[in-house]
Amino acid sequence: MVFRHKDIIALRDLNKEDIELLLSTAENMREINNRDIKKVPTLRGRTIINLFYEASTRTRTSFEIAAKRLSADTVNISPSTSSATKGETLADTALNLLAMKPDIIVMRHAVSGSHYYLARKISCSIVNAGDGAHEHPSQGLLDMLTMKDRFGRLDGLKVAIVGDITHSRVARSNIQGLTKLGSHVYLAGPPTMMPPGVERLGNVTVCGTMKEAIEDADVVMMLRIQQERQGKTLMPNAREYARYFGLNQENIKFAKPDAMVMHPGPINRGVEMSSYVVDGPQAHILKQVENGVAVRMAMLYHVCGGGSME
Amino acid sequence: MSKNETVILDQAGINRAVTRIAHEILERNKGTAELVLVGIRSGGDHLAAQLQKRIADIEGEKVPLGVVDITMYRDDLGSRGNLPLGKTEIPFNLDGKRLILVDDVLFTGRTIRAAMDAMMDLGRPRNIQLAVLIDRGHRELPIRPDYIGRNVPTALEEQIHVEFDAAHLPVEVRLVKP
Repeated sequence: MVFRHKDIIALRDLNKEDIELLLSTAENMREINNRDIKKVPTLRGRTIINLFYEASTRTRTSFEIAAKRLSADTVNISPSTSSATKGETLADTALNLLAMKPDIIVMRHAVSGSHYYLARKISCSIVNAGDGAHEHPSQGLLDMLTMKDRFGRLDGLKVAIVGDITHSRVARSNIQGLTKLGSHVYLAGPPTMMPPGVERLGNVTVCGTMKEAIEDADVVMMLRIQQERQGKTLMPNAREYARYFGLNQENIKFAKPDAMVMHPGPINRGVEMSSYVVDGPQAHILKQVENGVAVRMAMLYHVCGGGSME
Repeated sequence: MSKNETVILDQAGINRAVTRIAHEILERNKGTAELVLVGIRSGGDHLAAQLQKRIADIEGEKVPLGVVDITMYRDDLGSRGNLPLGKTEIPFNLDGKRLILVDDVLFTGRTIRAAMDAMMDLGRPRNIQLAVLIDRGHRELPIRPDYIGRNVPTALEEQIHVEFDAAHLPVEVRLVKP
C-alpha cells in the first residue's frame, strides 16, 4: 500500500485505503512525539512553506511542529507580513515562492477551492490547512484518529455533528472521511446553517432537533459558531443558539454514557458548549490537538513520497 | 514452489542456527547482564523473539525485547513511494546496554545503518552488536555482522525469502533466482 497523491487538498479526493494509510502512519508517528529527542531525519533537506492567509494558532503551530519533528526546514508567511497587502495575487505569490524551490506549501485561504487553483499552477506539493467553507483535511483526519483511539474502529459509529454546518470545513472533511470508513453521521443545526442536499454526501442524516442527532451517539462533535463568516441574519443571538444547539450537562445525557465529546477549537464557552462539558471527563479536545501533530507528520511524510510515483 | 526456488534452510536448520547464535551471544557477553534484543521490522522482530526464548531456555533469564521500524530513517525516501510506517517499541532505556540488533537478511547494510541511527536517537547503548540469520553479501557500507546464521553467496538479482508462519515462527529460507 503506497500513497499516490502529490497534494492533500480534500478528503473527498482520497479513498478509504488512503485514509486508513494516513491514520495508521499517524498512529505510529506518535511514538516519536513521546521520545526525549523528538526528531527523526526523514524529511531532512526538504523545505516547507506555511502560507496562512487566515488567522490560526493551533493548525499553523501544529504543522510547523510536525515539519520540524521530521527535520524539514519551515518558513512561515502570514498575510500581514507578505506582499498580499501590497496587492500581489495568490498565483503570483505562489510562483515567487516556487522559485525558491520549496517541496511542500501548506496553505490556509479564505476562498474555497483556492488550493485546486494553485495545484494546477505550481509543481510542488500542496497541503490544505483549511480553505473557506470547503475542507480542512488535517482536522478531519485528527478527529478520526481520536475516535479510532477511543473505539478501536470507525465502522458503525454514530457521530453527531452539531452547529453551523454550512460554514464548517471541519464538518465537511469529517463527513467525507467518516462516511468512507463506515461511520454514520447525524447533523443538527439551525436550518439557516444547514446546507441543502448535504444528505447526498453519503451515510448522512439531517436531524430536526439536536436531541435527535445526539441520541445514543458514540461521538458528539460540536462546531464553533464562526462569527467571522456570517452576517447577523443567520442566528438571532448567542443565548438563543446555546439554548437550542448548545451542549450542556442536561442534553449530554441523551448520548451514550461513554460518548466522547469533541470540538475543533477555538471554543466559545457558554455558546456551543457549556464549561461543564468542556472541562468534563467526556471531552477529548486536548487529545485532538495532540493527535494533530502526528496526523500532520503523516500527511507531510506521505506527500513527499507520493509525487514521485506519478 | 516454482523451479527457480531452492530451500537453503529448513525449520530445523533455522532452529539450530538460532540456538547457536544464542550461545554465541551469551558467550561473548558473559551472560545476560545489561543485554537487550532489538529486532528490525519486519522479520528481524520475529527472529529476536526466537532468540529471546532460546536465551531464556539456556540461561533462565528473559532479556528485554524491543522492535524498531526504520522507515523514518531510510535514505531512499520518495524513490519508491512512501512505505507505511510500522510501530517502534523500545520499552526500556538503552543507556549503557549491550544492544543486539537482529535482522533476518543482511544485504547492502543500509537497513542496519538506519537502525543504528534510530537507536542512537533513543539513547546511548554501551555497544551495538549485529545478529543476522542470513548474510548474502553485496555490502554498500562498512558494516559486518557479529553473529551469522548462514553465509549465502548470492548474485545481485537473486532474492532471499525468509518465511514465517501465522505464529511468527520461522519456517524456511528460500533462494529465488530471477
